[in-house]
Amino acid sequence: MSIEEHVTYDTERIRGDFPILERRVHGKMLVYLDNAATTQKPRSVIDALVHYYEHYNANIHRGLHTLAEEATLAYEATRQKAGRFINAEHPGEEIIFTRNTTEAINLVSNAWGRKNLKQGDEIVITAMEHHSNLIPWQLIAAETGAALRVIDIDDDGKLVWGDVQEKIGARTKMVALTQMSNVLGTINPIKEIARLAHGVGAVVLVDGAQSVPHMPVDVRELDCDFLAFSSHKMLGPTGVGVLYGKRDILDAMDPFLGGGEMIKRVTYESSTYADLPNKFEAGTPNIADVIAFGAAIDYLEGIGMEAVRAHEIAITQYAIDALSAVEGVKVYGPKDAREKGGAVTFNYGDLHPHDLSQVLDQEAIAIRAGHHCAQPLMRRLGVIATARASFYIYNTHEEVDALVNGMGAADRIFGNATARVGAG
Amino acid sequence: MQRQELELDELYRELILDHYKNPRHHTPLAHAAVVAEGYNPVCGDEIEMQLNFDDGRLTEIGIIGRGCSISRASGSMMSELVTGKSIGEIRRLTDEFQQMLTQPDGDVPEELGDLEALQGVAKFAVRVKCATLAWHTLADGIAQHERGDGAVRREEG
Repeated sequence: MSIEEHVTYDTERIRGDFPILERRVHGKMLVYLDNAATTQKPRSVIDALVHYYEHYNANIHRGLHTLAEEATLAYEATRQKAGRFINAEHPGEEIIFTRNTTEAINLVSNAWGRKNLKQGDEIVITAMEHHSNLIPWQLIAAETGAALRVIDIDDDGKLVWGDVQEKIGARTKMVALTQMSNVLGTINPIKEIARLAHGVGAVVLVDGAQSVPHMPVDVRELDCDFLAFSSHKMLGPTGVGVLYGKRDILDAMDPFLGGGEMIKRVTYESSTYADLPNKFEAGTPNIADVIAFGAAIDYLEGIGMEAVRAHEIAITQYAIDALSAVEGVKVYGPKDAREKGGAVTFNYGDLHPHDLSQVLDQEAIAIRAGHHCAQPLMRRLGVIATARASFYIYNTHEEVDALVNGMGAADRIFGNATARVGAG
Repeated sequence: MQRQELELDELYRELILDHYKNPRHHTPLAHAAVVAEGYNPVCGDEIEMQLNFDDGRLTEIGIIGRGCSISRASGSMMSELVTGKSIGEIRRLTDEFQQMLTQPDGDVPEELGDLEALQGVAKFAVRVKCATLAWHTLADGIAQHERGDGAVRREEG
């Protein structure tokens, strides 16, 4: 970690903005290391939510009264912020609010896929996709007759470049991949893959659920056609997802869901649809949470995404090194934090991750244990489940130390891990 | 805090750890009339249960697979208890076991024997499915035996 980072990055001040970090679990200070699942919320986000309900709760886009106008302005302000955050060219049209990343991907697989995929076409994904960027494509492939192809990973958890070139070809119509693996943390070379995909006339969807909260993401630099991410993984409330799409492509797509807000003129026989982005936001949206999501973006911009990334590289490398030094621990994925996000996946001897997680919970340490919604990847790694510690802006090296010490608590109950290796 | 630590001790009792480290009936059978598969998508645990019956009694059981301490210990203790029992008796024991997992402080029927050690699981809702995986798989195996048909895959959900 650079000296500059120490000077400009004040973890203690940041922690003070998060009321939940005051919480005690089983009498001990909470150590929250499950940020890839969802992050905690700063006071400003909680306040924005309460302020909306206490002062200007109203439905948007149609009321002519003051409250409706204030709510509409605040809702649309978040659209602008979200667009600027990822450097969209036309935030007012290219940012669609959904419920979550999953719904954003399903919007594309349905509205784009149904119109553009047919028998003989191919959808390319990778071996490290979350179920949310796998199942929607399986469904639309079955419906349209398109085939699903999977880019393999090497033992380090990185995409095999030869296989990228092999799988993306003349038949490829869609390349859908994660920018940052939720299990391995691997950061994929989106820009290079997008260039390859565009070269064969394919469209690129990026699952940014893990990347957008943790590093600077610029859709114009990546040149991706779609980018999906979630508010709740970047300090915002649950229930808000974002779909970015290039204007021309969104324009050419039919609606996903039908209903109010997404129409221009309606008769019993047929309707004309609203312009972007309303065409894809049928019904009353999640107004309160979208508005509070704006406060989350403000908070992150206050720190700066370069600083967020630098903080996470430092703590992730510290965690990889500290965990690797524990006899019996196997860390999966890249070992150089500069190549990955702030998620460290590991196993401890043959101890089942559920048992490890249960013991750590007793120490007030929250980690994830299981298959992380990536069952095919688990099989590829040859494990049934793993433990995962994932970091964010407020995590400290002391918390990593607590995690490592927690292994000792597991030893006290289950015996030394290395003695148990092979016992299963 | 003290209470919580007690609960964790209750969850990981010595008997459970013994069955976890040295699971009984953990070897494949030479020949199995019935094979049932159990799967817990929450944790990815998978077990294969091999069963032989004779005259309405379970004569042999083999449980192969991977699982957490609770799942493995429950299957191991169950295998010891149900071997040689009639299908009717096994159904009653299964009911009693499931009843126990809903009542952390209830009385445990004596015939459950060592399985009483798993009563602590009742206080950890997310682990109940770990404890019942083997039992549900056995129930599927019995149903399969009674129908005389093919393999069964159980998904906890």
